[in-house]
Amino acid sequence: MSGIPHDHYEPKTSGEKWLHSRLPIVGLVYDTIMIPTPKNLNWWWIWGIVLAFCLVLQIVTGVVLVMHYTPHVDLAFASVEHIMRNVNGGHMLRYLHANGASLFFVAVYIHIFRGLFYGSYKAPREVTWIIGMLIYLCMMGTAFMGYVLPWGQMSFWGATVITGLFGAIPFIGESIQTWLLGGPAVDNATLNRFFSLHYLLPMVIAALVILHIWAFHTTGNNNPTGVDVRKGSKAEAEKDTLPFWPYFVIKDVFALAVVMVVFWAIVGFMPNYLGHPDNYIEANPLVTPAHIVPEWYFLPFYAILRAFTGEVWVVQFASFITGGIVDAKFFGVIAMFGAIIAMALAPWLDTSSVRSGSYRPMFKWWFYLLVIDFFALMWLGAMPAEEPYASFSLIASAYWFGYFFVILPILGVIEKPTAMPATIEEDFEAHYGKKSDASAEATPAE
Amino acid sequence: MFKTLAIGAAFALALAPAATFAAGGGEQHIEDIAFSFEGPFGKYDQNQLQRGLQIYTEVCAACHGLKQVPIRTLGDEGGPHLPEDQVRAYAAEYFEVFDPELDDYRPAKPSDHFPENTAAGAPDLSLMAKSRAGFHGPYGTGINQLLRGIGGPEYIASLLTGYTGEEKEEAGSILYENTAFPGGWISMAPPLSDEQVEFADGHENTVRAMSQDVAAFLMWTAEPKMMDRKKAGFVGVLLLTILSVLLYLTNKQLWAPHKNKKTS
Repeated sequence: MSGIPHDHYEPKTSGEKWLHSRLPIVGLVYDTIMIPTPKNLNWWWIWGIVLAFCLVLQIVTGVVLVMHYTPHVDLAFASVEHIMRNVNGGHMLRYLHANGASLFFVAVYIHIFRGLFYGSYKAPREVTWIIGMLIYLCMMGTAFMGYVLPWGQMSFWGATVITGLFGAIPFIGESIQTWLLGGPAVDNATLNRFFSLHYLLPMVIAALVILHIWAFHTTGNNNPTGVDVRKGSKAEAEKDTLPFWPYFVIKDVFALAVVMVVFWAIVGFMPNYLGHPDNYIEANPLVTPAHIVPEWYFLPFYAILRAFTGEVWVVQFASFITGGIVDAKFFGVIAMFGAIIAMALAPWLDTSSVRSGSYRPMFKWWFYLLVIDFFALMWLGAMPAEEPYASFSLIASAYWFGYFFVILPILGVIEKPTAMPATIEEDFEAHYGKKSDASAEATPAE
Repeated sequence: MFKTLAIGAAFALALAPAATFAAGGGEQHIEDIAFSFEGPFGKYDQNQLQRGLQIYTEVCAACHGLKQVPIRTLGDEGGPHLPEDQVRAYAAEYFEVFDPELDDYRPAKPSDHFPENTAAGAPDLSLMAKSRAGFHGPYGTGINQLLRGIGGPEYIASLLTGYTGEEKEEAGSILYENTAFPGGWISMAPPLSDEQVEFADGHENTVRAMSQDVAAFLMWTAEPKMMDRKKAGFVGVLLLTILSVLLYLTNKQLWAPHKNKKTS
């Protein structure tokens, strides 16, 4: 599967040979697990495992929660309370599932920013990147619909606001919104279809995850230097890599265990910290909460959505040239989805041939600023839509787009990269020294 | 430098419930109370929950329901932990529920929930302690909640002690000034007065003491499995920490032949 030369599975017993000639599944698993992995991967590369774990955690806890949940407007809220009070271990299951969503997003954001810093999106890994973005979109859809299921006040009003975004699409928006909701407003039909899709989308994510892994197993992992693994011969490749099992599995599982300590502490000691108190009030279409705020992981993009009001000249200009078809609300929706599309386009917007940010003296600082910008947007997304937050949101949104559409293309042209190691082996030895003599002798010279 | 991002990521969690800044209106005054159930090892005070139950039954239940709470859970460990016969007697003595099979009301049984009460349009109290935030900010960051807790029970206790005595009439109904209520004016008349409820053990029954008792009781109705959860949290953190150490050592040994760390 991988382009890096390595040993492949050889069926030994007659039973193995029998199966292998009919379904080479053991070989597939072997090659996947034993993939040569750049040995200089640092701790930023552990989040893939955390994400895989999150997907399994969410599916397993979710499947059990479904056994006790009732998707009906009159019963949903009480059925969640039934889970919390009467189902054995139900309160832990639900808190694991709710906080598991937060862990999922913490991990995916770090994973994405790691990719942005080390240029993991660049050729030949564009397809891996695009699939990753699709996974991220599916995650957002799944999380949003999952948040509706407990049928609390934020569930209901969040669903009303977010589906309302589709209503902003000119001409066909209202029809689309009605189609999505299954009626004129958020009601039982909405709850039922969200429940159905909340169960379906994770399966789509699982399929996309397989494609994601397949894609980067074809190109090989990126690494902190961005330097390619030498692929001339197996011996050469082995100087740059170590097999995924056991080296990276153990390393990643260690990191996962540390992450789990923190996660478990949050679930055990402060499981409602990341939630909104209003969601412990049953949904009431007649009472609007004072502030409708999405979950924390949506806040950066929610801030971008709200940043483009009718007073912004870009919005006025867009409205003018389209004869009013693009109004402020629709512009905000375009900006929100555009912010994610901008990320997805990074492979083609970044003109630098150097992958790793470590060797890009100017890029580094713009990248750090992007990270700060992301946190700023997250904070602004939770603040009321009034000054000075509105202006800050606009500036922060502008930087987000500026980074992808202006800074990345220009930097590649004007920036002088610093010296980088010729090989991964050189980088590894610079950190950890050469292999000790004893083990060097143990490997026969070739 | 890139490592600073790790700290940033940790802060992402800290910043997260930015969602919960003060909800409009006047400044709320919420007193931070040291409840027995706070912190990783905090436990419900069984006597306090029993007093809170008595206050709820004699005062709050006149207008407020607890429809999510099964009466039998009063006997649960980690709750008021009443003996089974007392739970049965309590259910029958204080509440009547509508039984569709009899097509009539009958005395409640432990298997029933506390009844809903919509007579005065008062909110159900089952989850009140989790559906209100006493602490917010600063500046929408949620750090106060990280340090002091979300503050639901504090909100309830502060609300019950927060009446200033001022009243005003608005749209035909009387509003009472309250320093804890968002907006400052609440339609609930001051429900408690000193020595209103007599405790069998002669425990202090000032408005202040009773407010805390009933707030603690409502935290239990909102989160009856809290003690189980903290126990699971503690055991989990302990085991995962041990697992982390073992995996750290395994990882170190595994990689050792490939590393020859320069000693500086």
